[in-house]
Amino acid sequence: MSEYSFGNPEIIEEEVDILIIGGGMAACGAAFEAKRWIDKAMEQGINLKVKLVDKAAMSRSGAVAQGLSAINTYMGENDPADYVRYVRDDLMGITREDLVYDVGRHVDDSVHNFEKWGLPIWKQPGDEGKTLAEGGKGVRSGKWQIMINGESYKWVVAEAAKNAIGTENIAEHVFIVRLETDRNDPKRIAGAAGFSVRDNTLHVYKFKCCLLAAGGAVNVFRPRSVGEGIGRAWYPVWNAGSTYSMAAECGAELTLMENRFVPARFKDGYGPVGAWFLLFKARALNAFGENYQKKNYGSLKDHGYDAYATGLKMGTCLRNHLMMQELKDGRGPLFIDTPTAMSNLAQNMTPQEIRHLEAEAWEDFLDMTIAQCGVWAGENIEPDKQMSEIMPTEPYLLGSHAGCAGIWVSGPQDIPGTPDHYHWGYNRMTTVKGLFTAGDGVGASGHKFSSGSHAEGRIAAKAMVKFAIDNKDWNPEMARSVDEITAEIYAPVKTFLKHKHYTTTINVNPHYITPKMFQFRLQKIMDEYVAGISTLYQTNKTMLEVAERKLEMLREDSLKMRAKDLHELLRAWENYHRLIAAFAHMKHIQFREESRYPGYYYRTDYMKIDDEHWKCFTNSTFNRHTGEWKLWKVPYVQLIRKSDDEPEAIARPPSRVT
Amino acid sequence: MPTYVRTDKCDGCKDEDKVYCMYICPHDLMLLDKDGSKTGHAMKALNQEPEQCWECYACVKACPKQAIECRHYADVVPLGASVQPLRKTDSIIWSIKFRNGNTKRFQFPVRTTPEGSADPYGGEPEANMDELADHGTLFTKSTHDCDLDQFIES
Repeated sequence: MSEYSFGNPEIIEEEVDILIIGGGMAACGAAFEAKRWIDKAMEQGINLKVKLVDKAAMSRSGAVAQGLSAINTYMGENDPADYVRYVRDDLMGITREDLVYDVGRHVDDSVHNFEKWGLPIWKQPGDEGKTLAEGGKGVRSGKWQIMINGESYKWVVAEAAKNAIGTENIAEHVFIVRLETDRNDPKRIAGAAGFSVRDNTLHVYKFKCCLLAAGGAVNVFRPRSVGEGIGRAWYPVWNAGSTYSMAAECGAELTLMENRFVPARFKDGYGPVGAWFLLFKARALNAFGENYQKKNYGSLKDHGYDAYATGLKMGTCLRNHLMMQELKDGRGPLFIDTPTAMSNLAQNMTPQEIRHLEAEAWEDFLDMTIAQCGVWAGENIEPDKQMSEIMPTEPYLLGSHAGCAGIWVSGPQDIPGTPDHYHWGYNRMTTVKGLFTAGDGVGASGHKFSSGSHAEGRIAAKAMVKFAIDNKDWNPEMARSVDEITAEIYAPVKTFLKHKHYTTTINVNPHYITPKMFQFRLQKIMDEYVAGISTLYQTNKTMLEVAERKLEMLREDSLKMRAKDLHELLRAWENYHRLIAAFAHMKHIQFREESRYPGYYYRTDYMKIDDEHWKCFTNSTFNRHTGEWKLWKVPYVQLIRKSDDEPEAIARPPSRVT
Repeated sequence: MPTYVRTDKCDGCKDEDKVYCMYICPHDLMLLDKDGSKTGHAMKALNQEPEQCWECYACVKACPKQAIECRHYADVVPLGASVQPLRKTDSIIWSIKFRNGNTKRFQFPVRTTPEGSADPYGGEPEANMDELADHGTLFTKSTHDCDLDQFIES
């Protein structure tokens, strides 16, 4: 190994049939499903090799690394069609109903497996000994959520995935940063490349097909805490937009990248509010003790937002909108009234039951947002005695939680009424042949959450096995040489080694920019011009023009990023991925001339929800050689009929969509 | 609360098969300072980028010496509190100390099966290759009941 060094990595080339990029819930689901089909194919004499590559350690990687206190998608007694209605309503009417339905019909099986593997799931009194699969009733904290003891949720799910494909088929601490198209077909994927964050090795994989499931995008916007607390993002700080960026840069079509999620959470710690609102029935109040949701409800009419609300049942963004009114008018801070909620619940409880309730309230955080307990303990807040502040966070780009940014994929072909433009072959394949995605990667189908991402990984994996078998005789050849790829990936290292002696201060050098400063520059642009927190989530055409100029220069400067060690090389590529994801977000907001998601962002020059012109998907492609983005409208097609309590506007057919 | 490593407890996992914190951190923050050149403490780990810490506690829970703790984000949280877990294979015990000295202790289950035992395919059917192209089912054949009357085109 001595001949290899920092700046001169050993190149390790490997050819597999199926590559899984990422180690989160979707990737674990893919490993679990794929191996069962691969084993069966082997019996028929078809030998398929699968490999999973994770930039971290699978037991604690991805969005569920810390754990969760609930599984947010479990059908149980509900019909998947009702799940589609809920997702459609929450995402303001525009959703790939085929994809959502597909997750809905398969998700419970993933949850049943989690329980079998060892995940503790809360049960109703009397059902404690029964699993969900045996008919045990879970504890609902909403129509779709069930409560769990989820500290080791990811650990358990990863363990099953590892046991399925074997650790010899898993590479941990290897960060894939580039997808490579085929030499003979630019619309086909042939390989992927990345590097180890542990030793000086660069890994090049060739394959028939791959699953790109590397999470959403966090820290593309300036967060509310900018000192040590910059790491305290709501979604995991290691979700660097790699999925969107790598897909876009190899030519895959993105969809609804203007969508974002701005969760209203416990201030500073970003503790979850779901259990408090839904399970403990807490209320949100303004500085003067008023229920601002009720008070501001009438304001929904101002721009036609009320068409997407039925009473207090409304999309999450509209609830945020009601909160924004208070913040704009200076009636904050906003509080979540935890003492009243707990004393109401305690009224008919024994002291032991009250202690149990208190433990549940703390566990809600300790299972998934320990930092919130840190804030409470540091500020001497006991939730049964003192209210906590809630606050909308900085924006996040994701496709699995309550957002729907992502990649445009082919859907299932057996769903009644799906139009031709919804499917072109393999389920969850992108518009690049052989490139599949799941979880945060799939656009226009939010609210999958942890369980739905696992199920979607399974759906994709099954289709990938078929793809690999159908293409068994095809040999991948990458468009670029390994030398070219290596030079590109290790460029930040070369830049550093070449220029480091030019100045006496390692971080100030005219020849390079540190990944950290690169990220700050990105966050400043996004925050100030692309509807971040500093403009209260507002932007307009001119602001976006300024943003585009600045982002383009940042893209030019990405070639001058430095990496002084492997850790910084990881950060350099993460931040490059963030830039491309952010660019897509900005271009999509620029294109969609309406405010589809009020409460998440506002186009102040187009404040209305304009169903007549914009009840459609917005898709885009990026040409990384020319830097050109192309955007266009794609018709939305309603598949599931509306229910009686759904507002009329949602069922209105699209018109004049081009 | 970025995690920090206590010099009096960390032994650099010298007798372990891996450096646990370094292995498990999802964000590549933990680093073993073998020769002490970074910290002045040879063979001890450090959090090399505290401002990128998500406070997920993966390192705290994984450390075999309980050498890792958290000091809450200094730009956000008043000093003096602590939230410390002890994770066992079946449960986790949390000790919470408030700034004012009050304490709380909780214990929660983390899993119902022995560590390492998750059997992916136990009791599950084998895949049926005839169903490989069928979008309506996965290998487990446990698709949820579907009311097709809910479709517009039904």
